[in-house]
Amino acid sequence: MAAVLVSTTVNGDAVEYSCAPRESLLDVLRNRLGLTGSKEGCGTGDCGACSVIVDGRLVCACLMLGAEMDGRTVETVEGLADGATLHPLQTKFLEHAALQCGVCTPGFLMASKALLARNANPTEEEIRFALAGNLCRCTGYDKIVRAVSAAAAELAHPAKSGTGKKTGGKKAAGGKATGKKKG
Amino acid sequence: MAFDTQYTNQEFKVVGKRVLRPDGIDKVTGRARYGADMNAPGQLVGRILRSPHAHAKIRAIDTSKAEKLKGVKAVVTAADLPDLTRGDMGMYDTLENCMARGRALYDGHAVAAVAAIDADIARKALKLIKVDYEILPHVTDVDEAMKPGAPIVQPRIRTVGVNPAPTKPSNISQVSEFGHGDLDAGFAEADVIVEKSYKTEQTHQGYIEPHACLASVGPDGQAELWVTTQGPYMQRNTCAALLGLEVAKLRVTASEIGGGFGGKTHVWMEPVALALSRKANRPVKLVLTREEVFRGTGPTCSTSMDIKIGARRDGTITAAQAVLRYQDGAFPNIWGMLGAMTAWACYDLKNVKATAYDVLVNRPKVAAYRAPSAPMAAFGVESTMDLVAAEIGMDPVELRIKNAAKEGTRASYGPTYGPIGIGPTLEAAKNHPHMKAPLGANQGRGMACGFWFNFGGQTCVDLNIGQDGTVNLAVGTVDVGGARASLSMIAAEELGIPYEKVKCIVADTASLGHNDTTEGSRGTFSSGMATVFAARDAVRVLRERAAKTWDIPVDRVEWRDGKAHAFGDEHGNLAPLSLEELAAKAARTGGPIAGHNEIVADGAGVSFATHICDIEVDPETGKSRILRYTVIQDAGKAIHPDYVEGQFQGAAAQGIGWALNEEYIYGADGRLQNPGFLDYRIAVCSDLPMLDTQILEIPNPNHPYGIRGVGETSIVPPLAAIANAMSNAAGVRMTHTPMSPPRVLKAIREAHGA
Amino acid sequence: MRYESPKTTKEAAGLLAKAKGNAFVLAGGTDLLVRLKSEVIDPDLIVDIKRIPAMQGVTKTAAGFRIGAATSCAELGENAALKKAWPGVVEAATIIGSDQVQGRCTVVGNLCNASPAADSVPAMVAAGAKAVIVGPKGRRTVGVEKVVAGPGKTTLKKGEVIEAILLGKGGAKTGDAYLRFIPRTEMDIAVVSAGICLTLGPRGIIKEAKVALGAVGPTVEIVSAATKVLVGSTLDEATLEQLAVVCSAACRPIDDKRGTIEFRTEVAGVLARRAAKIAYQRAGGK
Repeated sequence: MAAVLVSTTVNGDAVEYSCAPRESLLDVLRNRLGLTGSKEGCGTGDCGACSVIVDGRLVCACLMLGAEMDGRTVETVEGLADGATLHPLQTKFLEHAALQCGVCTPGFLMASKALLARNANPTEEEIRFALAGNLCRCTGYDKIVRAVSAAAAELAHPAKSGTGKKTGGKKAAGGKATGKKKG
Repeated sequence: MAFDTQYTNQEFKVVGKRVLRPDGIDKVTGRARYGADMNAPGQLVGRILRSPHAHAKIRAIDTSKAEKLKGVKAVVTAADLPDLTRGDMGMYDTLENCMARGRALYDGHAVAAVAAIDADIARKALKLIKVDYEILPHVTDVDEAMKPGAPIVQPRIRTVGVNPAPTKPSNISQVSEFGHGDLDAGFAEADVIVEKSYKTEQTHQGYIEPHACLASVGPDGQAELWVTTQGPYMQRNTCAALLGLEVAKLRVTASEIGGGFGGKTHVWMEPVALALSRKANRPVKLVLTREEVFRGTGPTCSTSMDIKIGARRDGTITAAQAVLRYQDGAFPNIWGMLGAMTAWACYDLKNVKATAYDVLVNRPKVAAYRAPSAPMAAFGVESTMDLVAAEIGMDPVELRIKNAAKEGTRASYGPTYGPIGIGPTLEAAKNHPHMKAPLGANQGRGMACGFWFNFGGQTCVDLNIGQDGTVNLAVGTVDVGGARASLSMIAAEELGIPYEKVKCIVADTASLGHNDTTEGSRGTFSSGMATVFAARDAVRVLRERAAKTWDIPVDRVEWRDGKAHAFGDEHGNLAPLSLEELAAKAARTGGPIAGHNEIVADGAGVSFATHICDIEVDPETGKSRILRYTVIQDAGKAIHPDYVEGQFQGAAAQGIGWALNEEYIYGADGRLQNPGFLDYRIAVCSDLPMLDTQILEIPNPNHPYGIRGVGETSIVPPLAAIANAMSNAAGVRMTHTPMSPPRVLKAIREAHGA
Repeated sequence: MRYESPKTTKEAAGLLAKAKGNAFVLAGGTDLLVRLKSEVIDPDLIVDIKRIPAMQGVTKTAAGFRIGAATSCAELGENAALKKAWPGVVEAATIIGSDQVQGRCTVVGNLCNASPAADSVPAMVAAGAKAVIVGPKGRRTVGVEKVVAGPGKTTLKKGEVIEAILLGKGGAKTGDAYLRFIPRTEMDIAVVSAGICLTLGPRGIIKEAKVALGAVGPTVEIVSAATKVLVGSTLDEATLEQLAVVCSAACRPIDDKRGTIEFRTEVAGVLARRAAKIAYQRAGGK
């Protein structure tokens, strides 16, 4: 099995890896790049727990080959926060208790991010259909829908204190000077 | 009441608030480590070969080619897991379920496993294992399995609970009966008698995280297991017994758990991972695929049942009878018995009986699923209640209110109830605005009730105070959805300190004493109780330290608002000592300050719920849509209301999926046809409306804070609530779940013609 | 297993023609990777066509529209002109799976996967879509209904690859619609489906009609009896009833985990009736 050498951008960082042709992008993220935030709930594109954004489009990382990624850019849940500052979606998921076990949460966050990028003010129905590819078995989706709605409002009219909350405690060493504005 | 857990109607400062959970940030940033997220140096990839046959004799397994494949480090079969169970049949069943022993009992039953240096080699190795099967006749339907002449699933089984004790094998592993009174007399008193039969198909918990573990066994018998589980101690005890390890030398760490709902209260492939690791002498990571989760782990039962209710025209139920047939998969269990215990628990009945048959079939070993066995019985009972209401022309809510169990009622399964919430949830439903909302064409409303026991059990907690006065709380029940927040709140409440000062962790099995599995909605109830007592134990020590500091008798020191206060005429002028001050001086006043508690948490309060559902049915396709849904449930005391609501909503959503679309579909060949989320159709976000909740708080007198378990009860009413709504929307009485479009359309055609 | 990502259609066809063992085309991959994961297939070669410029994007041509084979269904939904001309085709393409799947899957992949339940196929057939096929012997264009031979089987020969789908211009008097039945609101495979394209003449009288049903037979079912029922009518109630009858009569479905013969047969008629109303309105009928 001839390995494929791939140069790609993951969460803003240039990354090179070699992988076997049959490895999925999810395998590569989790097993080669140590980014285990994307989860494998099914491996067949039915649960959305591995949702990531590739070249601006939401995809299931289990439905792409690692070999396909050359020259592309990938965003995963690990890149969602701006250093110690959470993305408003992350903040609202916490505030609205939109997670219980949390294993589907990374996928929901990425799908919600993709939704809000194309529709800044979605209705409840639009949120529900946009998130239909993400299965959650704990919450019944109620609090997730509320959190996404609240995050949309927050992004449209950021609270005076800023768009996100500090992750608590001390700032990461080196501070958070160069991070680009997200959200 | 077991011991001094008397509920006191206290004012709470922290409990009842909606604080942020301590594990939240890790879970929204991808940092939280679940079962498949851990790695060890030198780890191998484990994989399991599973039977494609529903029932087959395994004549031989040839693993020689797989063993010779470069990169394969171990291959195991049942021969590598010798029987060390010494006549413990439950343990033997677990052993046989994790690796077939001479016979494959269901499609998906493990027959061999490999550990290799990578996934690709492991995949190839599985293909090189040759299993010589002799296919045997199989049975997958519960009613078929009970017929004389059905293929026998477990030849060793003789039906328990019948007289005289049978001598021949049967698929009926157990018959159990609950109830009281005189049924014949009761039915004779009735003005109307309604009798109906029901069937429910098998459903799976459908947790999003597949089973996963990382096992490491050293040649000296010391072992570690990282695993996604609801019961790390259960894993430790079972795996140690099956592998012949010493309990203390197998350290089990529960990972973050990606949903369980009962499905992770059992041992599945973990002993296989340990056996692979022992044989390869390297760590082995074993992660199941979604297909393996469906085929090889435990769903809940499929059932068949007959329900009979007799009532007077004034609504008084004079007699009630249930005959329940539950399939337990290929291994005996008590799921039918639990169905019989729960069936009539909502009502105050003079003459009542529930008989249950636990039945074996060639399907996976049935596991607990959220209020296990109760939803099916409630589907039959609560549907029949609506039929009775219609028959006598009474409002369904009024009929239930009239017969609702109350404090002092003798439950159909034996005990006499203390203060309970069925009446209040029904009254709340009756008065809920949802009940008066208008309905359109093809729309209907239904309601139903549900019951669950709730468990307590063995629990222990360590509470350690750090030198700066912050608090570590170590618990042994797994956090399945916010428990670390709730338990931190309880500790903060007792100690009189801010929530943020407490850090709660789920300890591994080497760091804390035994805790029963997190099941039966016992996490917050049991660990909450132990946390209260551990905190009080720490307060005792804190008072002693303050007394020592002040050199006054300890009975002159009280603990209030996070501080020691001296009281009485002599000492009233002493400035209070805070937790921080006492903690800072601990080294000089007697050493580390801690509180501990080890208990059997008795007195779990039973829980009731009433649900209201509006549905619309397309009469041309049978497709239905939930328009509005309301959950009303008694929580005893809601420690963290967000997560109580979350439990209500999640349970309702699972019940809705069960009612409408979820089912295990077996082919004539006995193979599962839909082992994936594509065709095992759990509710997606766009399938559901907002799920309204109403939390009632009828304190459990056996818990210091009044807590009842909240996790399970609300999966019980949805099946019947939806069937009742559907009946009102489409004029058809559905008696078979899932009430999927083809079944509903067929019923509409049969009822109303084409 | 080898992974190749050629830059031209010819190169792709050459790789497939020369391939020894099992060779597969990778477009969106939303079916291929599932089969790879579930070990239904064990490829020796995978040819990724997404780096071929000729297979990318939707372009307007003199004759109508050209959809490159590697164009994701999400892109079809974002193309206003295509959506206006062929709303039925675009709806069919954009209800496949989730948003995640939409971002990857393609109508050509949907076609070549050759599932009887493929969403985009009945809509494309009704709309008269054609497939441009490139192979060792050059290039040919066939109606999309000619591509599928049976469940999982196409008529493509070794070395052949579809480069694009062609659609006409549509027009103010032409309207198409696609409806499917699924038990949930999303994420399911069609249990039964109907694609309809209508062209109206004067006074709202239907001049041309094509009805294609999905998941009621091994391949898409073109209901010629439905054309007869519809042409010449103004889609009155009697016509709609008759349409449902002939569509149900044309069904030859199977019982499986997704639906019964009885259900599929009846609901095919219901969907045809409902889709016809939408198509008629889109064609300017009242």
